[in-house]
Amino acid sequence: MNGVEGFMYPNEINLQWSVLIVLYPYITGLVAGAFILASLVRVFRVHAVAPTYRLALLTALAFLIVAPLPLQLHLGHPERSPEMYFTPHSTSAMAMFGYVYLWYLMAVLAFEIWLDYRKDIVLLSQSSTGWLKRLYSIMTLGSLNISPEALKIDDRVGWIVTVIGIPSAFLLHGYVGFIFGSIKANPWWSSPLMPVVFIFSAMTSGVAAVMLIYMAATKLRKLKIDIKCVDTIAMYLFYIFIIDFGLEMLDLIHRIYEADESFRSLNFMVHTRLYFSHIVVQILMGTITPIVLLAITQLVKLPEYVRKRIYVIVGCLVQVGIFAMRWNVVIGGQLFSKSFLGYTTYKMGLVTREGLAPAIIFAILPFVILYVLIKLLPPWEGGSHGAPDPASNPVH
Amino acid sequence: MSAFKNSGHLFRFALLFVIAFLAFLVLRNFVVPKSFGKLGHYRADAIGDMAAKPLHYAGHEACEACHSDVADMKKAGSHAHVNCEACHGPLANHAADPSITPVLPDTAVLCVRCHAASAAKPKNFPQVSAEDHSNGLPCQTCHKPHSPAITAGGAK
Amino acid sequence: MNLNRRHFLIMLPAAAIAWEHVLAGTPENSPNYNTADHWWGMLIDIPKCIGCGNCVRACAAENDVPDGHFRTWVERYHVTDYDMVNPQVISPDGGKEGFPVAEEDAGKYFFVPKLCNHCADSPCTQVCPVGATFVSPDGVVLIDQTYCLGCAYCVQACPYGCRYIHPEKKVVDKCTLCYHRITKGLTTACCENCPTGARQLADLKNPNDPIHEFLKTHHVQVLKPQMATGAKVFYNELDGSVR
Repeated sequence: MNGVEGFMYPNEINLQWSVLIVLYPYITGLVAGAFILASLVRVFRVHAVAPTYRLALLTALAFLIVAPLPLQLHLGHPERSPEMYFTPHSTSAMAMFGYVYLWYLMAVLAFEIWLDYRKDIVLLSQSSTGWLKRLYSIMTLGSLNISPEALKIDDRVGWIVTVIGIPSAFLLHGYVGFIFGSIKANPWWSSPLMPVVFIFSAMTSGVAAVMLIYMAATKLRKLKIDIKCVDTIAMYLFYIFIIDFGLEMLDLIHRIYEADESFRSLNFMVHTRLYFSHIVVQILMGTITPIVLLAITQLVKLPEYVRKRIYVIVGCLVQVGIFAMRWNVVIGGQLFSKSFLGYTTYKMGLVTREGLAPAIIFAILPFVILYVLIKLLPPWEGGSHGAPDPASNPVH
Repeated sequence: MSAFKNSGHLFRFALLFVIAFLAFLVLRNFVVPKSFGKLGHYRADAIGDMAAKPLHYAGHEACEACHSDVADMKKAGSHAHVNCEACHGPLANHAADPSITPVLPDTAVLCVRCHAASAAKPKNFPQVSAEDHSNGLPCQTCHKPHSPAITAGGAK
Repeated sequence: MNLNRRHFLIMLPAAAIAWEHVLAGTPENSPNYNTADHWWGMLIDIPKCIGCGNCVRACAAENDVPDGHFRTWVERYHVTDYDMVNPQVISPDGGKEGFPVAEEDAGKYFFVPKLCNHCADSPCTQVCPVGATFVSPDGVVLIDQTYCLGCAYCVQACPYGCRYIHPEKKVVDKCTLCYHRITKGLTTACCENCPTGARQLADLKNPNDPIHEFLKTHHVQVLKPQMATGAKVFYNELDGSVR
């Protein structure tokens, strides 16, 4: 009967959380990961990745703007979502969303970007014309002070914001892991490891995404990719990924060993309905392959052009793998019955409110926004934290 | 002093937050329902809303108020604890306005639901296989629904 | 009807007045109801359930439950021998039209009616982000459908699968223990229409409620006790194979 195998409670047969709910943690994951890459420069003084500093911040902002949209489309009554601001329920992890999002958007990301770009904004407000001039003038908040002393204060405050931003980024994405991990009714989700796994896979996808965007943008500008920058990113990506994989393996081994009442049902699900997305896409294609490729680049001395191609492949595989991980958590958690006696199927619509079409639109939209942001606030001039503009040495 | 002069822009940024926060507080006062939080983290008036929903089943006491003769007959038989609307369907509208005549249930469907023999039903529950038992005759040929036992001497 | 005309004319106004009280809308009109005096639950007597599906139909009629969704439903279990981990369970359309006839077979059959357990430590109210679902002071888990966002987090958090998203209203819906009935001294629609008395409303705060004596003299269970939800629907002779 309509894709059901075995027995499911009658109300369980249709899935509640769709591909849009898969997309949301993926997007906030990219935000958190991109910010962590930026913090590598600002707080941990890894100057090699400085060319990506501003780009990482803009990427985080572009994705953060899109993040609430899949949630709004999923809600039965999106017009009531301000209730989360007016009467948040203190026992609900989901209630945190409104405040954590707003905090991260305004007090961390927007603030840090504004502080780093303030000099450029003031100069642009003076050099541009028309409505752009008005926009930049608004963004200066009426203050045109870009004296060295003021900029030094900006730098100091920006450092503090980044330091606060790191746990804020963990909170922004970690609470999503807790939303799933705290549900005792669902054994696929319920785990104290869930927030940690979410954070590490977020860092993996975010760092890889900024690496890809940097390489693509530099290529499009017909300039030379800073290979030391990309090598360093790849190294951090490798270590973060190993931790992420280790955590997921720990969860798996623990489940298999303890074999509690849910194990047989979940095991069957992973071997049948979830086989392709979990074993093939997430584990083989999306985790083991990129880790092996990265390991090769770390251990074997390869020529630059080979490394660059490997990084691109790895970056893409990582995106697919981490998206698959979100899919397997959200969708996988709803495919089996809480009676452990049956399974259902996910029927994803195409051009429906929660179907594939809006998911694709939400996946593309951040890049459109990023393009606008890059035009508005060019990240290439370096500011006080970026490397000198590679416009001085174009690619041959 | 120069530090203050050079961090003026930071105060402007902070001011944005303050203004937004104040606006939020004002808006909250208007938007949050008045009874919210009185009994717990919910709109207390919702309890009254739930209690005010319309009835579709009248409940057997309402039926017995008028139909006491049927109630008496039923009390003595094996359907004593089967309430009126379990067979007759929801009749709150009839109880409110007796001119609304209820539709008599179809025994061919009704009786079979409970009394069709099945290995799944409790062994001590009266159940028959319809074809063997009555050869397809309607149940009320021999059984009075309000007191279904067939007394000595045969059918009614 | 054997009423004579005079009898009928005397009865009618009395019945009408009585009915007015029953139909009265708000608790203000049923001033006898004080939430502090009640702590609602239900008793389900498994050996008495015959799987007729009357409760499912009655609930749907009383509460306008949309097709394909269930505030209450009945499951039929078939357990052969000692393998309690693999019962065969069916619930065709929630048991709304009863069950297909079972052929005589090895093992045992029984029916398990299910509904919201109105948990005292309910995991569903814990996760609601805005306070749209809550435990009332008299122990009934209710939903404020004017406040619910339709996020379905509570649906995920319920271990018993008793919640669903209403397809038209786009908010969450579930058994309300017929709150609009029990606050007027009536019983729930499912209990009213159960022909064998397998389902009985219970007021745990009422010392005269038969459940107290029943709990002392029978072996009862709640569903998924390991979840520590404080479930208040008690099952007499619940088999260990029940999920």
